[in-house]
Amino acid sequence: MNWISDRAIDRLRDAAAWPELDDRYTITGVAGHGGMGTVYVARDQVLDREVAVKVLDVTDHQGSRAARLTREAHILARLDHPGIVPVHDAGVLPDGRAFYVMKLVRGRRLDDVLVGAAPQAVRLDLFARVLDAVGFAHAHGVVHRDLKPENIMAGAFGEVFVMDWGVAQDGAADVEPAVVGTPGFMPPEQAGAREVDARADVFALGVVLAQLMDNEPSPALAAIAAKAQHADPAARYQTVEQLAADVARFRNQDPVSAYRESVLERSLRIYRRYELPILLLVAYVVMRFVLLVAVGV
Amino acid sequence: MSFPATRLSVVERTRSHDEETRRVAWATIIEAYWKPVYKYLRMKWSLSPDEAADLTQEFFTTTLEKEVVERYDPARARFRTYLRLCLDGFAANARKAERRLKRGGDVTVVPLDFQTAEGEMARHEGSVPADVDELFYREWVRALFERSVADVKRHAEQAGRQVMFDVFARYDLADEGEARPTYAELARERGLTAATVTNHLAAMRRQFRQIVLDRLRELTSSEDEFEAEAARLLGSRSLDAARDKR
Repeated sequence: MNWISDRAIDRLRDAAAWPELDDRYTITGVAGHGGMGTVYVARDQVLDREVAVKVLDVTDHQGSRAARLTREAHILARLDHPGIVPVHDAGVLPDGRAFYVMKLVRGRRLDDVLVGAAPQAVRLDLFARVLDAVGFAHAHGVVHRDLKPENIMAGAFGEVFVMDWGVAQDGAADVEPAVVGTPGFMPPEQAGAREVDARADVFALGVVLAQLMDNEPSPALAAIAAKAQHADPAARYQTVEQLAADVARFRNQDPVSAYRESVLERSLRIYRRYELPILLLVAYVVMRFVLLVAVGV
Repeated sequence: MSFPATRLSVVERTRSHDEETRRVAWATIIEAYWKPVYKYLRMKWSLSPDEAADLTQEFFTTTLEKEVVERYDPARARFRTYLRLCLDGFAANARKAERRLKRGGDVTVVPLDFQTAEGEMARHEGSVPADVDELFYREWVRALFERSVADVKRHAEQAGRQVMFDVFARYDLADEGEARPTYAELARERGLTAATVTNHLAAMRRQFRQIVLDRLRELTSSEDEFEAEAARLLGSRSLDAARDKR
C-alpha cells in the first residue's frame, strides 16, 4: 500500500467531491458551502452564462436529503420574485448526488454588509427588500425557517436575494418533527420543534433588524425589532406585511405602531421630518418681525 | 451502487454470535485504525517506535475488545472520536504505570507492519496539528484513502484497465514536490487524447468516491454518522483547492 501525502489527500477529497455534470455545465469553482451541500460556480455552455450549482455532499441512500434539495428547487421554481434566486435546472449526478442549477448571485452576504460601514438608512433599505421577498413567500404558503444575515445576499445595485430555502416549510402539512433553523434566530415555538407559521420568520427578521440597527438606535426602531422578536407569537407582528409597514413608517418618520412616543419625541420627529419647511417658516417669521420693528412695515 | 442502509456496521458485527463475522469485523476495525493509533501514539504521546508499537498491539489485543467496543454507545459519540478518547486514557494509564511490553511479547492479533508505518513518519509534512482530534482524523483519512486507492488499483487491474489507474495515480496521487502534469501533458505522456484522460480520471474518481463511501458506511454506526462523516470527508473544503483541480 503506497503512502499518500497530505497534498494528495486534499486533492483526492476535492476530486471525489467534484460533480460530474453533463456537457452543458462546466464547473469552474466553488462559491460556498452549506449545511447540506456545496455550491459550485459553473458555465452554462448553451446559454453562455455563469450559473450556480448546488450539489449534495453525500449520495443520499435514504432519500431524505435528496428530497429536501429537490423540494428546495421546487420552492424556488414556484417563488418567482426579484428577491428570491431563480432556479434553472435540477437532477441527479451519475454518482447519485442530487443537484440543482440556479442564478449565480454576485454580491456580499448581509453579515458582511453589517461589518462594513453602510449607513443605517442603506441597511434598512436592504431590509425592506428582504421583507418584500419573505412576504411574497408567505403569500405562497412558504415559511423560510432559517432567516439570518448569512442567508441574505446583497448585490452591488442594492438588490437582495433571500437564499437557502433548504429547511423551508411548504404549506401547513409540511411540518418536520426535528428542530430546524439556527439558534439565536429561532422563536421558542420553532426551537421546541412545534408547528410554526409565518410569525416564526417575523421573529427571525426581528433579530436581523436588531443587528442592522445603529449601536444606539432610536426607541421607535428598537421597539419594532423588540415586537418582532416577542417570545409570544400572538404579541408579534402577525404578518411580515405588518412589520414592513412599521419599518416603512419609521423610515418616513411617521409614528410606528410598536412605540408610543412622548410629546417631546413627537415634536422632535415632526421637526426632523419637516425640518426645511419649518426653518423656512421660522426665517420668514423672524424676517417679518425684524422688518416690523426696524422699518415698521 | 453501495451497501444497503440496513447493513450492519463493523462495530455492530463485533457483537455478532457468529465467530467468523466477529473475526472479520475485528480485522476491519484493526485495518482501519492501527496506523492512526500507532502514529497518534508516536506524535501526540511522543512514544518511541518500540513503545508505540507495543502499546498499539496491546490496545488492539486486549483493551479494545474488552473496554472500548463493549461500552461504545453510538448515540453519544462517533466511533472514531470515542476510540481516540479511549486511546488517550489507555496511553495515560500506561505512562502512569510505566508499563512497557517487550516487542514480540504477548499476543499479536494481526501482523502489523510497524516498520512501514515508522518509515511513513519521516514523510509527514509540516508540524503536528495542535488539535489532537484533527491529528487522529488526518491519519484515519490517510489510512482510509490508502486502502481505497489500493482497491481502485486492484479493480482496474482485474478489469484490464491499468492505464486508467496510471492516469489517476499520475494526476491525483502526485506526491509532494512532484510536478503535476496538465491534461495535455498527461495525454502526450501516455499516448492518449486529452478527452480520454478526462474520461479516465472521471471514471477512476467516481470509483474511488464509491469505494470510500462504502468503506465509510461500514465504519460508521448510523446513517447520521455516515452522512456527517461523508460530508466532512468529501464536501469540498476550499475554493483554492477546487480551483487548482483542473
